[in-house]
Amino acid sequence: MGGDYDFGARDRKVDVERLRDIAYSIRKDIVRELGESKSGHWGGSLSVVEILTALYFYKMRHNPSNPAWADRDRLLLSKGHAAPALYAAFANMGYITHDEMMTLRKHGSRLQGHPDPHKLPGVEIPGGPEGIGLSESIGMALAARLDGKDTRVYVIMGDGEQDEGEVWEAAMAAAKFGLDHLTAIIDKNGLQQEGATGEIMPTDSLAEKWRAFRWNVIEVDGHSIRDIMGALDAAEKAGGVPTIIIASTVKGRGVPFMEGNVKYHAPVLDAKTVQEAMEKVQRV
Amino acid sequence: MADAKPKSTRDALGDALLDAAQSKPNLVVIGADTSESLQTMRFGKAYPARFFNVGIAEQNMVGVAAGLALYGKTAVCGTYAVFLERAIDQIRNTVAYCDLDVKIIGAHAGLVTGPDGGSHQTIEDIAIMRAIPNMRVVAPCDYASAKALIAEAVSTRGPFYIRVVRPASPAVYPGGSSFRVGRAEVIRDGSDIALAANGVMVPEALKAADSLASRGISARVIDCHTIKPLDGATLLKAASETGGIVTAEDHNRFGGLGSAVAEIVAARGGGTVGIVADDDRFGESGDGTEVMAAHGLSAEAIVGEAARILGRKKR
Repeated sequence: MGGDYDFGARDRKVDVERLRDIAYSIRKDIVRELGESKSGHWGGSLSVVEILTALYFYKMRHNPSNPAWADRDRLLLSKGHAAPALYAAFANMGYITHDEMMTLRKHGSRLQGHPDPHKLPGVEIPGGPEGIGLSESIGMALAARLDGKDTRVYVIMGDGEQDEGEVWEAAMAAAKFGLDHLTAIIDKNGLQQEGATGEIMPTDSLAEKWRAFRWNVIEVDGHSIRDIMGALDAAEKAGGVPTIIIASTVKGRGVPFMEGNVKYHAPVLDAKTVQEAMEKVQRV
Repeated sequence: MADAKPKSTRDALGDALLDAAQSKPNLVVIGADTSESLQTMRFGKAYPARFFNVGIAEQNMVGVAAGLALYGKTAVCGTYAVFLERAIDQIRNTVAYCDLDVKIIGAHAGLVTGPDGGSHQTIEDIAIMRAIPNMRVVAPCDYASAKALIAEAVSTRGPFYIRVVRPASPAVYPGGSSFRVGRAEVIRDGSDIALAANGVMVPEALKAADSLASRGISARVIDCHTIKPLDGATLLKAASETGGIVTAEDHNRFGGLGSAVAEIVAARGGGTVGIVADDDRFGESGDGTEVMAAHGLSAEAIVGEAARILGRKKR
């Protein structure tokens, strides 16, 4: 779908309607691969689609045919359980084929249940345990600065992930080091494994918290590709401080019966339900 | 001019990093507010752009080190060994899982840490690190060997756990040696029994060998500075050529050097192994050697274990 894009330079001239089509394609692919793998995380994969689309198709400099390109920008999927969304995006850019995409979670596949950079080029960090991606993004941003490179580093976290203490250790450090080439994005879908984030561990004042940690905070609709693109642009103007984009999303977005329903965090679905999801998946 | 002042393995860490800094421009060091103690601050002062203090935040320290390594740096990070255990997940799931070029320093390890008390005396670090795939585990005994082994670790790609201690150590190798990670050093030859030790227990093993010699018992002394990969050949040779192996370590008896030696000897030919180690008890405040002795870590304990093995063989 996105195979004709030239990803080699940032801020590509894009037609937002076209990107919405790409997001729709990614969303359908998420449903297909999770339907095939039987296990995996539906809700958090579907909520992050527009964020990934804006980063990979509009903003970032990267190369699907040479994933290890030294001058690429880095995208760290700290909420590694959204691996199906990452792989679907990869398939839509040519990092992997759609056939390989369907091997998700199978023995012998490069597509691990949670991403593994050792197995699949293009993956920047291992996913799984929550809360470590921001720390790793700091390391990468420091290394880039040390090397005099203009690399931009992006890291996507979940809102449930904000429960982790390490996130706040890293929040302080990124501000201390003045990493204005680092942008974090929270996929704030409001739900975590056992319920609403507001009930499990209230994170309703996320923007205030991040401001207090000396970050540039931008709040957007996480399903508006245009808004996310604007926020990614604005992040580059925050001199001397890192930016966090708090993107409000809906867990399970695009499959109506999954939207906002904690039951679809990581369910094992019967064939009938998978079929229903295939039929009902929407362009957002 | 000879330097008469005894040095510690943490002094060796500071010197090894400074030595490597010039030839290895990709070397970076990350600290967690304990870098003066670790001696890594000397690198930080000489190369401030390549040194990052993340504050008292061990998980972030390891994660930042991993990120630097993922971008192509060789990252050395460390703090007191007991605090590092807060970051086992980051060590396991990032550094080791991705086989990253990160060297992790566990400082002030073991009962020898003394006065700070049991909360600061890690006796389980080796066991934890040894069970993590891709991780190499090194516990040197003196300045010279520590400096050489740390230098090798820094120039060898991949994860290492290196255990250093606070007190100055007597020079076990005043004349130096050609140390290699993964190769045990036979410090003294002997035929009746073998004493395999690491870290602060190597000087104790040498004292024990002297004591055994005065009783007419010839003890081979082996410095097992690398617990993983373990030098099986040297240990199996010792098991077959002597009456048995006594291991000695400042660590819990579960999962450390004693376990590693017993595993390989039991699986590959057999032989007797006696373990001198902490008996699964947390430590407490006191002078380091006093605490160690109270937990059965001394030359006398090694002699006792050797005598027990040799006596059992005679029966």
